[in-house]
Amino acid sequence: MITKRIIPCLDVRNGRVVKGTKFKDIKDVGDPVELAKYYNDQGADELVFYDITASYEDRDIFLDVVKDTAKEVFIPFSVGGGIKSIEDFTKILRAGADKVSINSQAVKNPDLIKKAASKFGSQCVVLSIDAKKVKDSYNVFINGGRKDTGLDVFKWAKKGVNLGAGEIVINSINTDGVKKGYDSDLINKLSNIVNVPIIASGGAGEAKDFLDVFKNAKADAALAASVFHFKEIKIPDLKKYLNDNGINMRRND
Amino acid sequence: MIAIIDYGVGNLESVYKALESLNFESKITRNVEDINNADAIILPGVGAFKDAIENLRNMNLVNPLMENIKKGKPLLGICLGMQLLYEESLEDGKWKGLGFLKGSVVKFKGVVKIPHMGWNNLNVLKKDNITKYINENDYVYFVHSYYAKGEYNDLIATTDYKVDVPAIVRKGNVIGMQFHPEKSGKVGLSLLKAFGEMIK
Repeated sequence: MITKRIIPCLDVRNGRVVKGTKFKDIKDVGDPVELAKYYNDQGADELVFYDITASYEDRDIFLDVVKDTAKEVFIPFSVGGGIKSIEDFTKILRAGADKVSINSQAVKNPDLIKKAASKFGSQCVVLSIDAKKVKDSYNVFINGGRKDTGLDVFKWAKKGVNLGAGEIVINSINTDGVKKGYDSDLINKLSNIVNVPIIASGGAGEAKDFLDVFKNAKADAALAASVFHFKEIKIPDLKKYLNDNGINMRRND
Repeated sequence: MIAIIDYGVGNLESVYKALESLNFESKITRNVEDINNADAIILPGVGAFKDAIENLRNMNLVNPLMENIKKGKPLLGICLGMQLLYEESLEDGKWKGLGFLKGSVVKFKGVVKIPHMGWNNLNVLKKDNITKYINENDYVYFVHSYYAKGEYNDLIATTDYKVDVPAIVRKGNVIGMQFHPEKSGKVGLSLLKAFGEMIK
């Protein structure tokens, strides 16, 4: 039976993994390749790298990180942050990543989803959506959560899948960084609407948050950063806990 | 030397790097001479069936592959590379494959999410050299929307995704893996090691 996936997310700036809240209080977490190897050994099912500077000069440093990771870590990983064109896709996939996630640029230019899917296959096009509750609806936000597009999250997700996105990362701005659990209502609703795997993001604080998002919100994968980086949750313990509570997990302990 | 066939699709680098980590010499190539000189061949694959088979034909690689297989050289098809080994695929139309294995490639139906993406466990049905380093029920990483419907006799291992999906198939020196061994951690590397050791 297919397992649910646990995905640590690594924000990379100037060749280092960092963690901060909205570009403030940025803490250095470590070397990306070392951390990727560590998470692989711990039993992470997949990794996500986000290029959080994405300035022109830093781009090459980031691509080197991707290349070095691909040399030493033999599990799937995706790359996101500042992807604007098919050329960006090509560079990242050639560097050894398996998937590319797009966010703001997909909203500005939905054709990019279609072009990338037909060139590289849907399996490597991940649509990342930043969602925030506005009155009674969930709206799509772009530019790092600063700009409300007015688009409805569910309509946008459906459109993205129709254009060829093979997976969706749904990040709730309301729960992000709060560590009080994933936005289960949002994720559950999305799970019922689209037929591609859903990766929940934003809000993991303790093990039971993962259980909730898998069991009640039907997420296929859960992404988290700081709880793993700061060792508040260890992946082998988390997987054991989820397994004991009826969630199918790949375990290497 | 293991020839990794470069036919314009797919993530070749990760196969190369996985073999490198196992100390197998390999070469990413579309050169017929390299293919003829290789001790084994890997047909990788990510992408669409139609493009892949057309590229193989346009690059005049079909006959060299046929001849090398006839000579008994081990060949491993990975993901789309495995699907290409079958007679036909129904991915967005109907396309003729290489026909080394009997059967056709069809889309998942019913209440499953497509693509079948993530870690799933192998059910090993038959004892074979290719699985000698792994355990029954080990997990490997799948990403695909179509699967092969072939002959029971060719099955080494299946995985359950509402239907029994052929995960490892083998007919003589031709092996197919529907998942990505190069992305399946230690288990995947063990399978590639077993393949590399088939070189005589």
